[in-house]
Amino acid sequence: MLRYSLKRLMSLLISLAVASVVIFVVIEIAPGDPASFMLGINAQPETVAALRTELGLDVPKWQRYLDWIGGMFRGDFGTSYTYRTPVAEMIADRLWVSLPLALFALALSTLIAFPAGIYAASRRGQPGDVAVMGATQLGVAVPNFWFAMMLVLIFAINLRWFSAGGFVGWEAGFWAGMRSLTLPAVSLALPQAAILARVMRSSLLDILGEDFMRTARAKGLSRRQALWRHGVRNALIPVLTIIGLQFSFLLAGSIIIEQVFYLPGLGRLVFQSISSRDLIVVESVVMLLVFSVILVNFLVDLAYALVDPRLRTRT
Amino acid sequence: MSRSLIIGIALSSLVVLAALVSFVWTPYDHTVMDIPAKLHPPGAGHWFGTDHFGRDIFSMIMVGARTSIAVALIAVGIGMALGVPLGLMAAAHKGSWLDELIMRGNDLVFAFPSLVIAILITAVFGAGAVNAIIAIGIFNIPVFARISRGAALSLWERDFILAARVAGKSGARISIEHILPNITNLLIVQGTIQFSLGILAEAGLSYVGLGAQPPTPSWGRMLADAQTMVSFAPHLALIPGIAIIVTVLGLNLMGDGLRDYLDPRLRINRA
Repeated sequence: MLRYSLKRLMSLLISLAVASVVIFVVIEIAPGDPASFMLGINAQPETVAALRTELGLDVPKWQRYLDWIGGMFRGDFGTSYTYRTPVAEMIADRLWVSLPLALFALALSTLIAFPAGIYAASRRGQPGDVAVMGATQLGVAVPNFWFAMMLVLIFAINLRWFSAGGFVGWEAGFWAGMRSLTLPAVSLALPQAAILARVMRSSLLDILGEDFMRTARAKGLSRRQALWRHGVRNALIPVLTIIGLQFSFLLAGSIIIEQVFYLPGLGRLVFQSISSRDLIVVESVVMLLVFSVILVNFLVDLAYALVDPRLRTRT
Repeated sequence: MSRSLIIGIALSSLVVLAALVSFVWTPYDHTVMDIPAKLHPPGAGHWFGTDHFGRDIFSMIMVGARTSIAVALIAVGIGMALGVPLGLMAAAHKGSWLDELIMRGNDLVFAFPSLVIAILITAVFGAGAVNAIIAIGIFNIPVFARISRGAALSLWERDFILAARVAGKSGARISIEHILPNITNLLIVQGTIQFSLGILAEAGLSYVGLGAQPPTPSWGRMLADAQTMVSFAPHLALIPGIAIIVTVLGLNLMGDGLRDYLDPRLRINRA
């Protein structure tokens, strides 16, 4: 297990290094000089040069890359070109919206998908199964931001149970905060739950055909007991991978959903930064997103190996 | 043919047909604004109503289908054109440094969701439909690389491939002449699925302004425009949404149906 973990950790670090180089290079080739952009077209060349020095733009590119990476290890993401505030602070503020939203959605989608998938698998081919599968087929086809707009129309505009957008802030209390994240989380979670339920069902159906399931029944367990004790547990392995993969979709999805609900999250930050050409912010947010995807997949791999010892020997 | 295949083909053809017909005919010119006729609900004159500029929504939906299909289709093409050769190459050199390099590269690209790629490209080159194509296309590459490698690996174990090797054929030639024809069905099914994912992704990207720019009509853009008016003109949001759902649902049903149709062995598991 230790050997396996170290090996995976090595490839995690290499992935991160390569990803950071790719992101840095892409942002580097962006046309336009941030200093002249900030000062406008009428700026004196000396002023631009001074600002370039202040922003650290006049050192060689490789050194700027190393400074960027080194800074991130110390929690220093540089200074925003437009707001002149530390990027790390801006990101941290927004993360308090985006991360709880993604986690809330993940929890919701798991809570919906597990029972639905298990129910469908245990009633394979019967009306209950057909209904659940039909619903998931529809759920997969619905764009989450459109679903979000419909939720706003029904629950915020017509029924007035929730506010149509904005975030009250965690200062208003945990429940008030959760309340303003509820519609966004539901709209993110349902399409994901549809995918997850399908995976849960097909994975469970595969397991139900295994010999050990017949043995479990033969030794006297009822269908239900066999399903829960041996079936569900074994079916969780592929489901776990999908949950890991879904995390990246949820993060990306929350960036879009934040636009629907005017939530001050990472998505808003990144779109504002694109339009104001605040590329250092874009660079750091993108790196953070990619980092979290790589990290989650690494953790899923480890969890995998813990659940299923056979996988530890594989590379 | 299964029921889902028939429904899937019917829904998908409907959308493709709308896109094709829009080249020669739409009920109204989708760019013409008619302010006095703005925000009409669906009715006799305008089947799907009009938007806040009085433009005919039915016509916009038809032309929008073009954008969605073009972006998603080219993105699938990019994914296949680059992903399949990479996957076949990795399989032909299983366990070598080349295999390792390709698969690690795949993992890396997987870590960039298409939205993140789109953000990066837009930050550098500005917004446009081409960005959406590139972003979704890049996202498709590892999908096709992985699936063709997996399928090719199991084929490499088969006797007829051994025979080809004994006959002295090179790895590249075997991949093209024997492996590729045998994984075509799989690629068609996966292509359909990626096509439907591409439609969803395109809608999302144009919704947040990273995709097609006005005046190019796109379903995602229409939804973005509808957002502030949804309380008094819900049809503005409902109709493009339903168009997306019909397309994606049709493609997914077609993909599922095709899988069963092309590979009868799977039928048992998917009752």
